[in-house]
Amino acid sequence: MSTDTVNAAGIRPLPTARRKSWPAGWMEPLRQGLIYPALGIGGLLAVWWYGGWIIANNDDLYAFADFAPGPTFAALYQMVASGAVWDPIASSLSRVGFGLLWAILIGVPLGIGIGYWAVARQITHVPFQFLRMISPLAWMPIAVLAFATWDAAIIFLIAVAAVWPITYATAHGVQKIDPLWFKVARNLGADSPQMLRRIVLPAVSQDIFAGIRLAVGVAWIVLVPAEYLGVTSGLGYAINDARDTLEYDKLAAIVLVIGMIGYLLDAVCVKLIKRTSWRQAD
Amino acid sequence: MGIERDSSKAIGEGTPFMPAFISIDYITHHYKGQSKPTLEAVEATIEAGQTVALIGRSGCGKSTLLHMLAGLLQPSEGCVRINGRQITRPSPKWNMMFQKPSLYPWMSVRENTALGLLFQGQKQLIAERVDPLLETVGLRELADTNVQRLSGGQQQRVALARSLATQPELLLLDEPFSALDAFTRTALQDQVTGIVKDKGLTMVMVTHDIEEAVAMADRVLIMSANPGRIENEMSVDLTYPRNRSAPEFVALREQLMKHFGETVELPQRNSKTEPRIKAA
Ligand SMILES: Nc1ncnc2c1ncn2[C@@H]1O[C@H](COP(=O)(O)OP(=O)(O)O)[C@@H](O)[C@H]1O
Ligand SMILES: [Mg+2]
Repeated sequence: MSTDTVNAAGIRPLPTARRKSWPAGWMEPLRQGLIYPALGIGGLLAVWWYGGWIIANNDDLYAFADFAPGPTFAALYQMVASGAVWDPIASSLSRVGFGLLWAILIGVPLGIGIGYWAVARQITHVPFQFLRMISPLAWMPIAVLAFATWDAAIIFLIAVAAVWPITYATAHGVQKIDPLWFKVARNLGADSPQMLRRIVLPAVSQDIFAGIRLAVGVAWIVLVPAEYLGVTSGLGYAINDARDTLEYDKLAAIVLVIGMIGYLLDAVCVKLIKRTSWRQAD
Repeated sequence: MGIERDSSKAIGEGTPFMPAFISIDYITHHYKGQSKPTLEAVEATIEAGQTVALIGRSGCGKSTLLHMLAGLLQPSEGCVRINGRQITRPSPKWNMMFQKPSLYPWMSVRENTALGLLFQGQKQLIAERVDPLLETVGLRELADTNVQRLSGGQQQRVALARSLATQPELLLLDEPFSALDAFTRTALQDQVTGIVKDKGLTMVMVTHDIEEAVAMADRVLIMSANPGRIENEMSVDLTYPRNRSAPEFVALREQLMKHFGETVELPQRNSKTEPRIKAA
C-alpha cells in the first residue's frame, strides 16, 4: 500500500518519522566519577599542604609543623603498618554501633507512633523539640553519674544525639503514606501486625534509612568529644593522647582516619537508602 | 493498627460461593461538622448478581454510601445487610476499588495481586489463583514487573485482579475508570462487566459518566443531593458486551441525559473526586 492511499474514513497513513541519534556522552561519567572528585581531593590537599608550609616557615608555629601532609601520611603509614590504628577504630565503631542500635530501637517505633497518631504528635511536639535542641554533650555530667561505666555513658550520649533524626524521619515517612493504602489493606483483611509489617514498614523503610544517615553523621561527630573523657580507648582518646604527648603527626593522622571512616559510613548509608528505595525514576 | 482480627474473614475453600444480596435499610448519615445530613433515609435492595450503577451530582454522597457497603464506614442510622447479615467491618468478601489504583509500589504485579490471600493466611492458594487471574486481566506477562512501570490502565487491572483474588461476593467500584483515557476506559468497562457477569458477582459502581452507567449496569440508581437520596432508577435490559452505538443503548443514554438536563453539572473527568471519607 502506498503512502498516499486514502481509505474510506479519510484516515491516511503518514511516513515513519526517523529519530535523530545523539552523540554518546562517554566523557560525562568519567568526569563525574573520576575527574571532579580527584579535583576536589587535590584542592583539599593543596590547602592543607599550603597551611603546613606557612606553619613550617613561621618561627612561632614551627613546633606544629608535623600537621603538614608529609609527616601526617608518614604517621598514618606507621600506624597502619604497626596495626596500632585498628584498636581505637574498633572501640569507636562499637560505641557508635551500640548507640545507633539503641537510637533505632527507640526512634523507629516512636516515629511510627507520632507519625500515625496526630494526637501523639501534638502531645510530644513541645517536649521533643525542647529535648532535641539540647546538645547531647550537655548531658555528659548526668550520663557520667547515671551510668556505671564510661562506655555506657558514651553510648548513651550517642543514642541521645542519634534518636531525633531517626524519630523524625520515620514520623515524616509515616505521615506521607497514602491513606488509601491503609483503606485498601483493611479491605483486603489486614490486621494490625500485618499492616505494620506489609504496608507501614516497607512504605517508610527509605525514610528510616535517611534518618539513620543523618544519625550516623551526628553520632560520629559526638563520638570524639565524648571519648575525650574517662575512656582509655577510641579515636577521641587517641587524639587527646597524641596532644598530650605532642605527637602532632599522629594527631593529624587520627583526624584523617576519623574523616575517612565518617565518609565511608555515610557512603554505606547512601547505599542502604538506594537499596530500600521503592521510588523508581520515570 | 486499631483493627482487630475478624475470625469470620477467612474464606475457606469449602464455603459455597454466594453472590451478595444487599439491602440498604434506611440509612441516614451525618458527618461531624456538617450541618445537614449527607444521606437521608436511603433505601434500596440489590439482587444477587445484579450490576448497579449509582449516579448523581458530585458531593451527593455516592462515595459515602459505597464506603458503607464496604463496611469501611458506619452509618449514623440504619444499616446495610449483605445476605441478611449486618455489615459492621470491612471484609475481603466485599472489595472496593477506587479511582486511584492504589497499588503498593514496592511490590510486583503478582505480589500486589496476592496481598489479600497473604493477609488471610492463605498462601497455599496464591499459586493456583493469582496467575490465572492475571491471565484473565491480560497481565500474565507482566506478573514480575514492578507496578510503577505499568500504565494507568494496567495498574487499574492489577487493582481489579487484587480485588478478585479473595473471591469476593461483591465488587464495589468508586469511579474506577475516570482517570483513564477514553480507549482504555471503554476496554476496561467491558472487561470488568465480562468478569463480573462470568463469575456471577454482585457489583455496585459509582460513576459520573452516564455512558459508563448504561454500558455496565443492569440497573441505574439516580441519587439526588442535599440530603443524598436515591430518587429514581432505570433498568438497562441489554446484553453484554454492550454495543455503545446500538439504537437501544443510545436511547437509554439520551433518556438519562435528559433526566439530568440542567440539574447536573457535566461529568467531571480527572477531577479530584477521591473520597475524603476516612474509614471509621
Ligand atoms: N470525612 C468527611 N467529613 C465531613 N464531610 C464529608 C467527609 N467525606 C465527605 N464529606 C461530605 O459529604 C458529602 C458527600 O461526599 P461524597 O460521598 O464523597 O460524595 P460523592 O462521592 O457523591 O461525590 C460531601 O458534601 C462531602 O463534602
Ligand atoms: Mg465520590
